[in-house]
Amino acid sequence: MLDNIEILVQAPVITLDLVLNGLLLGAIFALAAYGMALVWGVMNIINIAQGEFVILGGYVAVVMAAYGIHPLIAVPVAALLLYAIGWALYRTVIFRIVDRDLFTSILATFGISIVLQQLMNTIFGGNVRIADAGLGTVFLMNGMVSLAQVKLLAFALAAVLGSTLVVFLKRSRLGQAIRATAQHPRAARVLGIDTDRVYAATYGLNAAICGACGALVAMAYTVHPYIGLPYTIRSFMIVVVAGLGNLAGVIAAGLGLGAAENVAGFVFGTQYQLAFVFLLLVVVLVWRNRRLARKRGYLK
Amino acid sequence: MNAMLEVERVSKSYGGVRANRSISLSVEEGRIVGLIGPNGSGKTTLFSSIVGTHPIDEGVIRFEGREISHLRAADVARLGLIRTFQQTRIYGRMTCVENMLISSSQRGSSLFDLFRARNPLREKRAEELLEFVGLHPKRHLQAGSLSFGQQKLLEFAMALMNEPKMLMLDEPTAGINPTLINGVIDRLKRANEEFGITLFVIEHNMRVIMNLAEYIYCLAHGELLAQGRPDEVRNDQRVVDAYLGSH
Amino acid sequence: MSKSRRPLLGHLAILAIGIAAPLVFPAWQSQMAELWLFIVFALTWDLVGGQMGYNSFGNVVFLGVGMYACVVTQVGLFYQVSAYNDARGGGATIFTFDPRQYFEGLAIGLPVGAVLAALTAAFLGSLVLGMRGHYFAICTLGLGVAAGELANGWEWIGAGSGMVPPNPPGAIGDLSRFYYYLAFALAIVTFLGLRWLYTTRFRFAINAIRDNEDKAEAMGLRTTQIKTTAWVIAAFFLGIAGGILGNLKRFIDPIDTAFAGATFGVWMVLMAVLGGKGTLWGPVIGAILFQVFKEASWTYLLGWQRVALGLLIVLIVVFFPQGIMGFLRERFPAWFGHRVEGVKDMDAVEETKAR
Ligand SMILES: Nc1ncnc2c1ncn2[C@@H]1O[C@H](COP(=O)(O)OP(=O)(O)OP(=O)(O)O)[C@@H](O)[C@H]1O
Ligand SMILES: [Mg+2]
Repeated sequence: MLDNIEILVQAPVITLDLVLNGLLLGAIFALAAYGMALVWGVMNIINIAQGEFVILGGYVAVVMAAYGIHPLIAVPVAALLLYAIGWALYRTVIFRIVDRDLFTSILATFGISIVLQQLMNTIFGGNVRIADAGLGTVFLMNGMVSLAQVKLLAFALAAVLGSTLVVFLKRSRLGQAIRATAQHPRAARVLGIDTDRVYAATYGLNAAICGACGALVAMAYTVHPYIGLPYTIRSFMIVVVAGLGNLAGVIAAGLGLGAAENVAGFVFGTQYQLAFVFLLLVVVLVWRNRRLARKRGYLK
Repeated sequence: MNAMLEVERVSKSYGGVRANRSISLSVEEGRIVGLIGPNGSGKTTLFSSIVGTHPIDEGVIRFEGREISHLRAADVARLGLIRTFQQTRIYGRMTCVENMLISSSQRGSSLFDLFRARNPLREKRAEELLEFVGLHPKRHLQAGSLSFGQQKLLEFAMALMNEPKMLMLDEPTAGINPTLINGVIDRLKRANEEFGITLFVIEHNMRVIMNLAEYIYCLAHGELLAQGRPDEVRNDQRVVDAYLGSH
Repeated sequence: MSKSRRPLLGHLAILAIGIAAPLVFPAWQSQMAELWLFIVFALTWDLVGGQMGYNSFGNVVFLGVGMYACVVTQVGLFYQVSAYNDARGGGATIFTFDPRQYFEGLAIGLPVGAVLAALTAAFLGSLVLGMRGHYFAICTLGLGVAAGELANGWEWIGAGSGMVPPNPPGAIGDLSRFYYYLAFALAIVTFLGLRWLYTTRFRFAINAIRDNEDKAEAMGLRTTQIKTTAWVIAAFFLGIAGGILGNLKRFIDPIDTAFAGATFGVWMVLMAVLGGKGTLWGPVIGAILFQVFKEASWTYLLGWQRVALGLLIVLIVVFFPQGIMGFLRERFPAWFGHRVEGVKDMDAVEETKAR
């Protein structure tokens, strides 16, 4: 471990490589986190199935690639498909738990995540899969820094999707309805907004975001039925650090997490990369708690 | 007379809102002291500051001569300074008796005491106090199923169970049926006389506080506006203006 | 008097069933042993999740710590742990344990596991028990997975290829019945221990924390200390369960047996919720029903059993969150002692129409 740190110090270019690659990955984390923040903020639900939505989107790309369709086309397809799945889940399960306590929603979406995991495992098998986009690698600094073109592409797409989403939420009628509902559901209802439909759309939209993320993940990285939870945890962590409704914070935290994870994977060894993610979660929450502890509120 | 509670130049703000500004007051042992002020004048904030729910920005708070400005809520309570809440807080899914049994004084007690066998004296005291506030028939009901007014009474009984030296009540008659208010005043007075508990009471109902308190402080906009005996305060032009101005 | 004798008879009947079951249905012995451990899982989860309102998804940490600590002790008392774990790839040495060594290891290993699990709880509790609600739930979820990943990378305890508990010496043969009775005994002791605990004011204290933690603090209860104690008690019993489970399964996989958040970790919650959170019998009933469902789905829904379990979670949480005991409490409050005495005015009764 110390050796690895020494390498990083002596060859900053390796650090640069790790950080750049991490930032590329981080954009996808940020996008998924934005979706989680949306559902959390609007519906007061922490969606533990977030990561499974991502992986499901990834499998859409994998399957399409197997039929010779370029994974880029899979991005919108996965988004649409996942929108439908999210909407259907809302209509069957989620609408029943919207106004229940957070524990209920955590446990229920946990249940959904288990079902999805197992279905994916049964249908697609337990192997690691990718959706080959057939792109090369860009080399910088005399080949010391290598960036796969597909990762650059994924990064760019994530950025485009993210900005589209932000504009959509600002400008469109649905977006405005979603924001109104987030601020005050009762008032929104009085103003004639059908909050139930808004919730369904919000949950579907989040699933669609995850689906698109997943297609990018399958293209630039890998998918596997059981690696959904880390994506959920990353999203949660990013939202906790950034705070709900803080777009710049989500982007910064997402990119930072991507970079930190990549560097940590190098320093501690990739076998500890997941441990790092989950320990980081614990550290983030403990830090947040310490910060809040002393200014814990005023009680009526 | 020695002051049991001394608050010296205490300030507290929430972000931009300066809820308490350099407030100084004192409560003498054995007295009933009132705290009044229009809505949002910072009364509840002051209570929370005193019992250590949140840290104060400036100032000193002393209880029985001992500085408690930096103690945490549980430790302040263990000194014998107990507050009740404006939005009543009870343990909703426990029965009334259980609410009482867990409310007995924690002064000088350790974790170990929680594992001790039942204490008949404590149980007797719990029943007596439930009788005192008129909740005895409902002692085996879940506290959450009581009406709001009954919950207020239960919270009061729980506070008495704690045998505090000083009890700070946040609007004890709010939400209580007007015909029963006299009963509450009577019980508060008895708690003061018979159990020797010093009372510091926030109250909006002027009739109640004039009837109850021997001395009154009035807050407005986070500052101490006036103080004095009930009739003095009632006739203080600033107090009248503050109340009229806020409505 | 017959009123107080009835529960006694019931308890004796359970005792008799527990003792006779493996003799009558030897084919089901391992499932029943697992059931007794599940009862411990559900009871200890409920101590913190149900009675105290701190919903943990990470209690598997204590299970895993207890399991590894027990087995490592069993081995480490007589051999080098690293050599033992390395040899599984076909080393030159064969590690055998004679009966005295075997039982000595176990007798020391189980308490070591329990104590280490309890210490872990004390340490982690001081860090995370200050969090409220969902932050606690997700933090503990993270702890469970992190522990599994760490064990998965730690060579000394066998890393990802897991660890095999000592083989019982040939002279005593198969010990699965012995472990069945051990699991049974642990379930009984845990049950009785918690039953006693719930007669003390400690139970009121953790209930108070569940119902209104700020109030509990304002009344002078040292909530952090109390919460940590509850978690330590839960971890202690779970640690022993871990030691037994490891030896029962005869193989420890860091992620699938020891720190099995996706299975045991969620199942604990499910069993307690199904039976009824915050009651003594609820977790027991929940564990029994769950084990029956799980085994049935294993038999009849091959390949889809995990899907069925996930669906079960969703169904229970959405449609039956109060659980069996909770349901009974709503329907028959008087059975649970919630009654009005000497009613004077009828409005009072009106008002008390359960929440
Ligand atoms: N947690 C908080 N964050 C921000 N501002 C707060 C907070 N709590 C209270 N305030 C503000 O502080 C001021 C004082 O509030 P406080 O509740 O102490 O008044 P009060 O005298 O108890 O009023 P009331 O008679 O309505 O109970 C108010 O302006 C209130 O809006
Ligand atoms: Mg107030």
